[in-house]
Amino acid sequence: MINLKINGKEIQVPKGTMLLEACRQAGAELPTLCYDEDLRLAGSCRMCLVEAKGRPTLVAACVMPAENNMDILTESEDVVEARKVILELLTARHKFDCHVCEKDGNCKLQDYCYKYGVKESSFAGEGPHFYKEDPNPFIERDYDKCIMCTRCVRACEEITGADAINLEDRGHHAKISTAFNGILADSTCVFCGQCVMVCPVGALTSKVSAGKGKAAQNEKVLTTCTYCGTGCTLELNVNEGKVVGVTSNRDRKYSPVNKGALCVKGRFGWDFIHSPERLTTPLIRENGELRPASWEEALSYAADKLKGVKEKYGPDALAMFTSARVTNEENYLAQKFMRAAIGTNNVDHCARL
Amino acid sequence: MEEKRVLLEYADQINPESAADYIKVGGYKGLEKARAMQKKDLIDEVKKSGLRGRGGAGFNAGMKWSFVPQDAPVKYVVCNLDEGEPGTYKDRIICEKNAQALLEGMAICGAAIGSDQGYIYCRGEYPFVVELLKNAVKSAKDAGALGDFDIEVRMGAGAYVCGEETALIESIEGHRGEPRFKPPFPGVAGLWAAPTVVNNVETFACLPYILVNGAEWFAGIGAAKYPGTKVLTLTGDINNPTYFEVPTDYKLRDVIYKLGGGIKNGKKFKAVQVGGTSGAFIPEENLDTQIDFDSMGAIGAALGSGAVLVLDETRDIVDTVARITKFFEHESCGKCNPCREGTFRMCEMLHKVNEGKASEKDLENILRLAKVMRKASLCGLGQAAPIPVESTIKHFKYEYMRKLV
Ligand SMILES: Cc1cc2nc3c(=O)[nH]c(=O)nc-3n(C[C@H](O)[C@H](O)[C@H](O)COP(=O)(O)O)c2cc1C
Ligand code: SF4
Repeated sequence: MINLKINGKEIQVPKGTMLLEACRQAGAELPTLCYDEDLRLAGSCRMCLVEAKGRPTLVAACVMPAENNMDILTESEDVVEARKVILELLTARHKFDCHVCEKDGNCKLQDYCYKYGVKESSFAGEGPHFYKEDPNPFIERDYDKCIMCTRCVRACEEITGADAINLEDRGHHAKISTAFNGILADSTCVFCGQCVMVCPVGALTSKVSAGKGKAAQNEKVLTTCTYCGTGCTLELNVNEGKVVGVTSNRDRKYSPVNKGALCVKGRFGWDFIHSPERLTTPLIRENGELRPASWEEALSYAADKLKGVKEKYGPDALAMFTSARVTNEENYLAQKFMRAAIGTNNVDHCARL
Repeated sequence: MEEKRVLLEYADQINPESAADYIKVGGYKGLEKARAMQKKDLIDEVKKSGLRGRGGAGFNAGMKWSFVPQDAPVKYVVCNLDEGEPGTYKDRIICEKNAQALLEGMAICGAAIGSDQGYIYCRGEYPFVVELLKNAVKSAKDAGALGDFDIEVRMGAGAYVCGEETALIESIEGHRGEPRFKPPFPGVAGLWAAPTVVNNVETFACLPYILVNGAEWFAGIGAAKYPGTKVLTLTGDINNPTYFEVPTDYKLRDVIYKLGGGIKNGKKFKAVQVGGTSGAFIPEENLDTQIDFDSMGAIGAALGSGAVLVLDETRDIVDTVARITKFFEHESCGKCNPCREGTFRMCEMLHKVNEGKASEKDLENILRLAKVMRKASLCGLGQAAPIPVESTIKHFKYEYMRKLV
């Protein structure tokens, strides 16, 4: 075990624990922009800097293992000054249009500027000029709000494995880019939107949800994606009774299957929910014509017909064909129904074709 | 006081590519001795010599080697020949005059840490040195002088930051040249995650002489805490803009007025910047300082790579520093916030001062930013970039004040 002091408090952590975690255990939550517990460490935003007494420079807590006898201050004068200056440097290259920003109220840059009282930048020279026009239906790339944390790059590489984006150029001119600074459609991008999921600010947002309700104002309804049997957890964003978007829930407790990751369909393909063409009641065919029916009537009707066939021709005259678009649990119930209630093994599934 | 030539003793008398020439003047005797020693004794001998890194950070070489885990199956020896610091050309001179000593030094390091593979990372602007080194390696291999120690020469693409040891490693691996966070240090997890020793050309080139003449001999040359010789490169308003090898207790004033022959055109001295573009500007009153690492540190400067840029009385300090901030703005890799944005804003603000458009408030902002860059940047580039600015505001404040509105 490692013994160290954080803000005067003696604590003990296992060897290999990073200072970020040690500080958390000592009750000191540190600000972070580039840190993401599912991604490779970067140590680059420098927001989690702390003062380690006796060292000439501040240390980034996310990448510094705790060492014996360290004496750490998490909000010293130098630390707070460094965080302020970093925020001022980021705001100098940021397009502040919070009133119309999708991420208003759910933005780390806003939160930290508020926390550290950063109203305006002392370094206001040339403003942002990084916007990338990208004609695709899903992902807005407004790099005038990019804070260069590279979480999108790492998520694209490490979660999705698409390697569609990386850094181009150097220094202040560096930007997130596809190969040859092209558009996403010409890259290996699969539009899964994992980049949107990890972006802590308003640089990457969903075009499908744009203007339909700010993230902070939407009600989040936890559910399971209906596109396939994988069973990914997602959150429907509901605003005034309407679904206006899908976001990830990255908490493993709620999202054990996908840890928040989704595919293009789950994240962006929800607009069918309020389609006027969508069936909203069961239909019964009478004399070659379909007519709406209640669930009770429809279920009784189907049950009677199934029973009739079973009585007349035996259980093996019935078969169930299920879909990959329902959940594993529903497929389980379907085969259980056929075997136990009907009494046949005639069960098949579209994914076998 | 005269030069003391150790690395450059046979400069222009031997063909640097030829192992045979080098052997004739005593070459490869040090490696022979090193290979006959126990690894631990060899590392102790280098530690005892007091040899400290000549690439800028001044870390004890033997100590660095001792951090390498002996039982790792693969280890690498990497030579830093990126030499990107403007005004620095001593590594090129060492290669052009005595390349075989570098190769021998790398093989000695290989013997100490148990590595049979070396890499030389050569500055992209030195294609001719790449050729020279390739021929030198071939000559040494053909002569059997290196035994089973192999050396591959790799060429950079012109990024200053790739001189930083972990960015250099990333570059050899074929990645974008961006520094890694430390720990882990290269000695534990470096090139392709294997333990790796990265040393400067000059550091390696000292090793053969330390082994042949003994640790005590080396420890007795120059300053006690930073012993040996140092190759300096002079540029700027100086009569002899060339290279010299001097003992490390040599005084800055003698570098400029004795070896350098004084200021050009009979002008007066204004300032000297030592250690390259990231070095502090030193005023007249500090010229009686020894050039060794610690003495320079004591006056708030750094020996760095050993570049010496002299400015005469007519030079405009603010204009000079504004140009320097442009260099860092251009060379910042862009990984971390304080340097990526800081170098850009520093450049903006210094140009504002230089154009006579800045106020005292701007000067305050400059110092505020400088301190945070120094304390919060990820690597030495961002940490050192504000030093020329801070040191000139300290020593030449009137030059700034007279340009403010
Ligand atoms: C921005 C930057 C540039 C550097 N450039 C060089 C260089 O060109 N050559 C060099 O030897 N060391 C350079 N260094 C220092 C290296 O990181 C490293 O400390 C050195 O190669 C270690 O060798 P030494 O211990 O023999 O000095 C640079 C460091 C920084 C931060
Ligand atoms: S200090 Fe500058 S060069 Fe070093 S990692 Fe940060 S941005 Fe890159």
